[in-house]
Amino acid sequence: MKKVLILGAGTAGTIMANTLSRKAGKEWDITIIDQAEEHYYQPGFLFMPFEVYTEKDVVKRRQKFLPSRAEYKQAKLDRILPDENKVLLEGGAEEKYDILIISTGCGVAPDEVEGMTGSDWGKKSHDFYTFEGASKLTNAMKNWEGGRLVINIAEMPIKCPVAPLEFAFLADWYLTKKGVRDKTEIVYVTPLSGAFTKPIASAILNHLLEEKQINVVQDFSIGEVDNESHKIVSWDQREVEYDMLVAVPPNMGDELIERSDMGDELNFVPTNRDTMQAKAADNIFVIGDATDLPTSKAGSVAHFEAEVLTGNILSYMKEEEMEERFDGHANCFIESGFGKGFLLDFNYEQEPVPGHFPFPHVGPFGLLSQTRINHIGKLAFKYIYWHMLLKGYPIPFVDHKMSYMGKKVARTVS
Amino acid sequence: MPTKEIAGTTIDVTEEGFLTDRSQWSRDLAGALATEEGIELTDEHWKVIDFITADFQEKQAVPGMRRMNKVGGIPTKDLYRLFPNGPIKKAARISGFPKPASCV
Ligand SMILES: Cc1cc2nc3c(=O)[nH]c(=O)nc-3n(C[C@H](O)[C@H](O)[C@H](O)COP(=O)(O)OP(=O)(O)OC[C@H]3O[C@@H](n4cnc5c(N)ncnc54)[C@H](O)[C@@H]3O)c2cc1C
Repeated sequence: MKKVLILGAGTAGTIMANTLSRKAGKEWDITIIDQAEEHYYQPGFLFMPFEVYTEKDVVKRRQKFLPSRAEYKQAKLDRILPDENKVLLEGGAEEKYDILIISTGCGVAPDEVEGMTGSDWGKKSHDFYTFEGASKLTNAMKNWEGGRLVINIAEMPIKCPVAPLEFAFLADWYLTKKGVRDKTEIVYVTPLSGAFTKPIASAILNHLLEEKQINVVQDFSIGEVDNESHKIVSWDQREVEYDMLVAVPPNMGDELIERSDMGDELNFVPTNRDTMQAKAADNIFVIGDATDLPTSKAGSVAHFEAEVLTGNILSYMKEEEMEERFDGHANCFIESGFGKGFLLDFNYEQEPVPGHFPFPHVGPFGLLSQTRINHIGKLAFKYIYWHMLLKGYPIPFVDHKMSYMGKKVARTVS
Repeated sequence: MPTKEIAGTTIDVTEEGFLTDRSQWSRDLAGALATEEGIELTDEHWKVIDFITADFQEKQAVPGMRRMNKVGGIPTKDLYRLFPNGPIKKAARISGFPKPASCV
């Protein structure tokens, strides 16, 4: 028997275990390893502080979503030894493989910013990228009576790059509903030169921030959190004071990658952007937030990648040419508050533009326009995630290759 | 694409003044581009420029802050001192590389 070993049973690893279980030849064993018993629906963390979701919406037992054909092991991964085709687990055990899939995602690293885990951490300063952080922040938001609420992105890239912006929009809505919006100044502090990384979307979102009276401080690269005087200080000595800081710390790949000496400076694994093979070895593939690919780190992206990767791994198993190519397709709903939302659809080459999705002129979703159905789409994502996406079933009408249909793309004349 | 007269030659640049053809770059040109930014190049600056140049060859991208720290061994504080207000962007322009693409 030959073995596919999957490292990490989060969004991407779970999808791969499911698709390969359905499609790989009988001579293949599938093993998947994760350190924790619970599977978190991370997109739900955004909604917890606004009392839209609670724990039961976002946490489920991991094994429920894994196929019976795959063997699940709970262990912390120590390191990958690519030259020996094996992986060491904490405690000394080892696993051999013929094909390895790295899907260990990424996490927050607040210690990377001076002072971020100081005396304000968990009190006046919070994060919502972890379950624990989002839980604490939920209480802080409940008890909020007004003051300056500062949302800060430490550095790019971060997973779900629009989540901090959505946090700002939802805070505007939630605090209005609670009757304390007029006592609250919301400040959005970003290292970018605008609301988003891509120009057209950025212009539209900047306008919305203005409309909602959310102040923006841009080109702010955080150097330090000053816990004494409750302010964040940039490398070029600009300061923003806070009564509550909602911090998005640097996002980094797992330390396993560093221990294996397989990552870049943020522990992301250098990956072939077409085939999704690790640059380090032909029989290692990388998927989801763990890659260094220039597209969004998002569950929807992991899902598109999985379609490509499944095809490529099946070819690799049969020693055939890998024909599937990943185009960087990302598709994300942006919650904008008051029951509305946006939808962005883009890839490596095409930035998000206005239009309709998935059907030209019809939609039902509006690209880059604020509609109620987009908001419903965002909330429906939870159902789709638990029931379809993790199983690796195709999402109706949405292909892994981005479609240009329905997009208002400016034609460039050369 | 606009062109620009500087240091006795003509160069092709983007609207924001980034070189579009690196073969037009020279160490003299770097000095002239730096002067435009109000910077006089010292050995410390050159250490940064040389790192960006070598790293670009390897990665086909201008290194970010963290890569400058970790791989290049250049602390963020120094970068802000050497190239005030947007060090990466400025250092990239002086080194003759494209404007760093912001991450997605
Ligand atoms: C606040 C927030 C909002 C988001 N909103 C959206 C959204 O609206 N839409 C969207 O598409 N995406 C969203 N995302 C992003 C999405 O959740 C991730 O991109 C997705 O989960 C990535 O999947 P992954 O499998 O790569 O990583 P993960 O799902 O994080 O899985 C990685 C797994 O690896 C395991 N692991 C790591 N290291 C080790 C080790 N050393 N030993 C053992 N196990 C290990 C972990 O336990 C984990 O289970 C959001 C994320 C956050 C934080």
